[in-house]
Amino acid sequence: MSTSRRDFLNLAAAVGVVGVTGTRRAHAEPVRRVSEDWMGMLTDLTLCVGCRKCEWACKDANELPNKGLLEDYEDTSVFERKRRMDAENFTVVNRYPPVEPGGNPVDVKKQCMHCFEPACASACLVAAFRKTPEGPVLYNENVCIGCRYCMIACPFHVPAYTYDDPYTPKVMKCTMCFERIMQEGGVPACAKICPEEAITFAKRSDLITLAREKITHNPGKYVEHIYGEYEAGGTCWLYISPKPFEELGFRADVSATPYPELTKGFLSSVPLVLTIWPALLMGAYAFTKRREELAKSVEAKQPPTRSEEG
Amino acid sequence: MAEYPGKYTDWQAWLADKLFMGLPFGQYVRGLITPFNFIALIIVCVGVALAWIRFTQGLAATTNLTNDYPWGLWIGFDVLCGVALAAGGFVLASTVHLFGLRDYYPLVRPAILTGFLGYFFVVVGLCFDLGRPWRLPYPMAVSFGVTSVMFLVGWHVALYLTVQFLEFCPAIFEWLNTKKLRKWVGYLTIGATVFGVILSTLHQSALGALFLLAPGKVHPLWYTPWIPVFFFISAIIAGLSMVIFESMLSHRVFHSQVKDHDPAHVERLVIGLGKAASVVLFTYFCLKWLGVAHGQHWDLLFTPYGYWFLLEVFGFVLLPCFLYAHAVRKRSARLVQFTSVLTVLGIVLNRLNVSIITFQWNLDERYFPRWSEFAVTIFIVTVGLLTFRWIVNRMPVLRDDPRYPAAH
Repeated sequence: MSTSRRDFLNLAAAVGVVGVTGTRRAHAEPVRRVSEDWMGMLTDLTLCVGCRKCEWACKDANELPNKGLLEDYEDTSVFERKRRMDAENFTVVNRYPPVEPGGNPVDVKKQCMHCFEPACASACLVAAFRKTPEGPVLYNENVCIGCRYCMIACPFHVPAYTYDDPYTPKVMKCTMCFERIMQEGGVPACAKICPEEAITFAKRSDLITLAREKITHNPGKYVEHIYGEYEAGGTCWLYISPKPFEELGFRADVSATPYPELTKGFLSSVPLVLTIWPALLMGAYAFTKRREELAKSVEAKQPPTRSEEG
Repeated sequence: MAEYPGKYTDWQAWLADKLFMGLPFGQYVRGLITPFNFIALIIVCVGVALAWIRFTQGLAATTNLTNDYPWGLWIGFDVLCGVALAAGGFVLASTVHLFGLRDYYPLVRPAILTGFLGYFFVVVGLCFDLGRPWRLPYPMAVSFGVTSVMFLVGWHVALYLTVQFLEFCPAIFEWLNTKKLRKWVGYLTIGATVFGVILSTLHQSALGALFLLAPGKVHPLWYTPWIPVFFFISAIIAGLSMVIFESMLSHRVFHSQVKDHDPAHVERLVIGLGKAASVVLFTYFCLKWLGVAHGQHWDLLFTPYGYWFLLEVFGFVLLPCFLYAHAVRKRSARLVQFTSVLTVLGIVLNRLNVSIITFQWNLDERYFPRWSEFAVTIFIVTVGLLTFRWIVNRMPVLRDDPRYPAAH
């Protein structure tokens, strides 16, 4: 890894050696939040039938353990409890009650949301996460020290850890099949296998248009909410749903504030403390010293009376 | 360094004097056979065995950590509480060296030693918890996550550990009787103290700021944008209370070391610290309520988590605040010391509330540490205590070295 001058300034600012330089740089180059080039995924929950073929395809594409046979995934007993992504599953499908009694259940596929400004990336002290120009958020195992702060930070409960691995434990999460989509015509494994075409892979900006069209052209079919449009500042993975998202295991309390904003105030106070504290503390020290010198000179002038009184 | 060979004709005698406190080897070893040491030995043996399992079979073999609870006892107690309780070093050093309350000088060295060992064993605890602890230097040398609060914590703990070592060096050089080095580190006192206060301000609050990225996971009564300030203020309380608590322990455990202390003077200092702690506790109590008001979470007070919050704020913040104040009025050092225990427990409760107890409060799954997590924590604390005792019995920490009359 080459360390450029800017990297050095970043580093120095963060450690607090040249706080002022670092802050100025941040103002000069505002973060570009949305890129037209970002790819995304749109999951239409009215189409998902809970076949779980995406789970198999994901394991197949990412060489995850305990893949088993595609037929095994027809077993619906896994729906008895709610599952989350873990070290062996980058994506999971959970089943929720139908919109109206007697209707089809609502099945929800979950995976990494590939945020615009990922909480995991802003949490990572070794910059193991990066937002690629194509949209996917990728994790670099080679620098990860295993503090698991990314797992604390992620509002979508995505990153998982291989706790049972003593020597090379790592964070596990969906990559939006980065290597596949980088090839001409490449599509993420889950979108490719989906028999219902519930998952659409396209430019994120086009997906927003598509989602809006679906909602407006099918009154009553969808709730008026594209999950991921604004959540956590916006995500590349989007959902439209026949049911309010909070009834489908989605966190409704994820605000539109991008996660890096949450610590920005604190981090920007660091250079202030570094510049102001030394002056204040040395000031206090100077007062103390002066007072002691005065006390000494008074003692020196009137030694006998002082000592008797003391 | 060229001073001692002349004084010690036999370097072995010098070594024995330093290591065995001037006792013959046999007598020294016999002196080690005590019930406390026996228990400590068992704890250390269990700890070493568990360390072996941890580092050969992984975190899953020794902890109950899950994907929703990635931080458990080793972070919640060993790191968060460890750093807060080690705050006495910067509090006392600034009190004496910067603000000129020279009376408190006898308490500075034990406070700095506690601080240094506290941080050192925080890092040891962290190494148990990190997935790949051998990559600990990565944020300093390999890959820089400058947007991360954790990055700041990492750097500052490393720098502060160095600063505290420098601050403790006078005791080491007096012990080794190396006059030149002793004089040289003496010049660093003010600089090191100022730098130490800055680093402490930032990383004590940064430990709270870590949780700014977990809204919706930390319960709203504990999650506030001011959590960094809360962590910093409560660290001052923890530091003061730990110094009071230690003064009580030192008196009981290290009789020979404190025999020259004037009990009345020590009592006066303890009461003074209690007064300071009372004031800071009251500030902290008000801040906690400002936090609730700022988030407009009054309704949450009447939920089970709300009662738990009220218990923390009234039972472990306001009550010790009043007890300290009462003890100061009555000039009762004993009550101040009792209150310090309550206060320390309160800070521990606060850190555990933020990081474990209320964490993921809206999930059904709960985390409770496995026995091996408790055992490793007890192991680390025990080794810390043994190291503290080893140093205090040898170096001029609680007592003055007559060759170095208080140059302060």
